[in-house]
Amino acid sequence: MNNYAIETVGLNFNFGNQVIVKDLSLQVPKGSIYGFLGPNGAGKTTTIKILLNLLKSPSDQVFIFGKEINSNRIATLKRIGALVEQPAIYGHLSGKENLINRCILLGIKKTKADEMLALVGLTEAANKKASKYSLGMKQRLGIAQALISDPELLLLDEPTNGLDPNGIIEIRNLMIDLATKHQKTILVSSHLLAEIERTATHVGIINKGELLFQGTIDELHLLSKPMLEIEVDQIENATALILKSGYEVITKTDKKITVPFISAQNSGELNTLLIKNGFTVSSLYKQRKDLENLFLDITKTN
Amino acid sequence: MHTLFISLQSEFYKSRKTLAFWAAILLPVIICGLITFGFYSGSEKILDRHYPPMMLWGNYIGAALNVMGLLVMPFYVIFMAFSVNNIEHKNDTWKMLFAQPLNKFSIYAAKYLYAVLLIFICLFLFATLTYLFGHLLQVLVPGYNFNQFNPSTVLINSYTKLFLSSLGILSLQFILSLVWGDFLKPMGIGFIGTIMGIITANVGWKYAYLIPYALPTLALRITKVKKGGDPLDFPIFTQEIWTSLIYAAILFTIGYFIVTKKSIK
Repeated sequence: MNNYAIETVGLNFNFGNQVIVKDLSLQVPKGSIYGFLGPNGAGKTTTIKILLNLLKSPSDQVFIFGKEINSNRIATLKRIGALVEQPAIYGHLSGKENLINRCILLGIKKTKADEMLALVGLTEAANKKASKYSLGMKQRLGIAQALISDPELLLLDEPTNGLDPNGIIEIRNLMIDLATKHQKTILVSSHLLAEIERTATHVGIINKGELLFQGTIDELHLLSKPMLEIEVDQIENATALILKSGYEVITKTDKKITVPFISAQNSGELNTLLIKNGFTVSSLYKQRKDLENLFLDITKTN
Repeated sequence: MHTLFISLQSEFYKSRKTLAFWAAILLPVIICGLITFGFYSGSEKILDRHYPPMMLWGNYIGAALNVMGLLVMPFYVIFMAFSVNNIEHKNDTWKMLFAQPLNKFSIYAAKYLYAVLLIFICLFLFATLTYLFGHLLQVLVPGYNFNQFNPSTVLINSYTKLFLSSLGILSLQFILSLVWGDFLKPMGIGFIGTIMGIITANVGWKYAYLIPYALPTLALRITKVKKGGDPLDFPIFTQEIWTSLIYAAILFTIGYFIVTKKSIK
């Protein structure tokens, strides 16, 4: 149990009759970046709120750093920084004042506010009213608030929401930096597999409140088998050739053939084979299964 | 205790640029200023009445106290209860507040205490400004006899009563504003309550003292009646004040249970 920053044991949570989280057993190892993946309404935010004790979990189902959350609420929250849904920001205060207010509540030196503003690139907008901030700036301020107490565990609910590509890359690098250089554990939720793949070391996939997959990113890759899509002329003949050469054909349309991706070298060989036999290959590319298909796959195997 | 203090400090920091905070200062300055201006510009008429010093103070204090006690005070309290909670509703910051490593009681109590503090500051300024502006009038209009009577006991007693009698309304409105994030519900209930309170208090209904909104009016009415006798000799802790304090204590406790059960969806 002590190797996990977060552990939930058969967690159940309902709003009235509506089941939101069902028998959820998360295991987030210390020092990992745990990608918490699922479509909208899957129960991600609810789970994060339970981890913050904003929603009360049944006793002995949620453990943070090995301690039961309900009986250790304050001690646990001291070790967590969080960004839940929209960042919680007082619109009438400036960005800096929002951070200073947090410093007051946490008993931290107020100079920390400037440090955090610099870290998330808001120094120039420090004295601007937060209600005048763009969505991306609010998101950065929310991340600064989560980081200000230097917590061991960070819970980030869709932190790249509303950020431009540059901002997304910065947040991604910041997360990697925090986990590798500062040994922080980060649980980051998203509905985009591609987003999670780039940073996460571990992944949990949730749908309709149920955990469908949990494991390392490599284990996920084994599940989300990549495909090779080949656009080629004379589809029928090309398909026959590919099959004859011992490959499996997954789908075939008027324009392209999809086969399992094995390796880059193998793709090259397949290309050569087609060309040598007189086919014109107009494109050949690796395609990952999208999240929906992955979900279907995972639900099938479970 | 430390948590309560930092929560209180944070409440001040958050609200120091809002109307709710400045209302506590502006309201007494404006009302006392207007009354003083009235006494200054209409000094000839007032001097003609040849009030004894105590009566002059009585008229002068009463001008502020009646406006405040009857109408402004209940609405001011309703507005305070609304604004300390609304700052979190409006910015969707309840979740942030309750995700901090602070115990929930301190967060709740700090909010409540802050509202009490703002009302206290407001009434304290009323009493102080009435006293100071009265003496200022004496300097501006030497014909007045403000300097021949010391009104501090009357001021302290009246405003203490007004303060204590408003705590019942505050606790009730505090719960309403805590539960509902919108402006209309707590304001609407408060408005109806206040009208009902004023009517029941004025027709002298036997059980009017059971309506929190009637208590400031009741508390001040007794002050006025007693003014015919020795104005220094009216009791502070009358039935209305006790009722207000009991309401405040009970509703404060209920509010805390609402906070602990509050699910942050």
